[in-house]
Amino acid sequence: MSRIKIQVPFESEDGITSLKAGDRVLISGTLYTARDSAHKRMIEQLENGEKLPFDLANQVIYYVGPTPAKPGQVIGSAGPTTSGRMDKFTPTLLELGLKGMIGKGYRNKEVIEAIKVNKAVYFGAIGGSGALIARTIKHVELVAYEDLGTEAVRKLVVEDFPAVVINDAEGDDWYQLARNQFQSP
Amino acid sequence: MKEIHYADIVEKVAEMCQQANFELGEDVVNAFQTALRNEVSETGKDVLNQLIENAHLASSERVPMCQDTGVSVFIVKLGQDCHLVGGSLYDAINDGVRKGYEEGYLRYSIVDDPIERKNSGDNTPAVIHVELTEGDRLDIQMSAKGGGAENMSVLKMLKPSDGLEGVKEYIIETVRAAGPNACPPLVVGIGIGGNFETVAYMAKKALFRPIGERNKKPAIAALEQLLMEEINRLGIGPQGMGGNTTALDVKIETAPCHIAALPVAVNLNCHASRHKHVVL
Repeated sequence: MSRIKIQVPFESEDGITSLKAGDRVLISGTLYTARDSAHKRMIEQLENGEKLPFDLANQVIYYVGPTPAKPGQVIGSAGPTTSGRMDKFTPTLLELGLKGMIGKGYRNKEVIEAIKVNKAVYFGAIGGSGALIARTIKHVELVAYEDLGTEAVRKLVVEDFPAVVINDAEGDDWYQLARNQFQSP
Repeated sequence: MKEIHYADIVEKVAEMCQQANFELGEDVVNAFQTALRNEVSETGKDVLNQLIENAHLASSERVPMCQDTGVSVFIVKLGQDCHLVGGSLYDAINDGVRKGYEEGYLRYSIVDDPIERKNSGDNTPAVIHVELTEGDRLDIQMSAKGGGAENMSVLKMLKPSDGLEGVKEYIIETVRAAGPNACPPLVVGIGIGGNFETVAYMAKKALFRPIGERNKKPAIAALEQLLMEEINRLGIGPQGMGGNTTALDVKIETAPCHIAALPVAVNLNCHASRHKHVVL
């Protein structure tokens, strides 16, 4: 099964625009985790004129709330959570330079439009495959919001993290395309 | 009168919480294999293969198959000839959840208050349903219910004139709207009839029935089969990435209802249909 290897954070716009909805990819490099409460807090910080805990430029955010690591493990189970809950906050982050997101499920129209305008990409990972994905996570470092527990912002170093391009920089949507292709009357 | 001890319930419940999260039932793993043989989409097959590998990894390394280790939902059948010794059934179950989630390094996914949203820190309280039965058995079923699929679940009071067609349409529309958000391939739990609160409970209860086991009423069993075929024609596929495996199974429970009513509830379960059963 052919998979495109990509490196994050993204180094060039070409690296993003060459990705097409439906492409299967293996992601390596550095990601930041953030889900519901972390997003809420980041937006509050921006509204208060404060600095974010990490520079968003060219980065990729992974929507995940991992289980606690067992002794000797880097991280616990770490599959994607439903991205739609972050939709409210996403266009703002894309305008600030965020270039990619990994999660599962639909994004709303505003997010898809912001992905297109800001030349970014949304990847779908396999919901529930938390044990398998954890294997691709080689290093974890707490970055901010420790009090949020599983929802804290963490920096992950990943190797060959499997995902599929759902929304590409042209605004195509793999969920829609795939459904059209496979539905039968 | 059979005596059942508090500490024994705690132990069993703690064990169930971990087993549910580490070991996917044989019914589900078999359903993955069947789906893999029938799936037409390459990406769909790829997803199913990864789900099978994930389940294998979780059980061999005793790690949770999914990071959402769920709300702990219990359906308990308490024999009226049981005598519980040492404390209440509810406390024993919650103590078991505390112990199981802590010792299993499972994620705490419950907030104390829906508005203030502070994590309760031990995955309690559990959701506990108790049914009183004859005999002296304490029958405990547990499910670790994930949030993604639960969020896409619905309930509607249809009109009797909507009939079977209306019911079918509502169920299929629910699955279509949920799409990838509910982590397909799904197990679809459905309640039809009863009233506002019982219909939701029936939909949840349906999810505890093993995959492949049909409703005992032939007409309902046929409806389960028909809905499953229609859902699998939607094209959503594993994880919404395309294909003909959108549901692993459809489960329906029914109950008598008011002449004016036709309640329908659809409780979706992701592919990790985690349910365990013990009898004390």
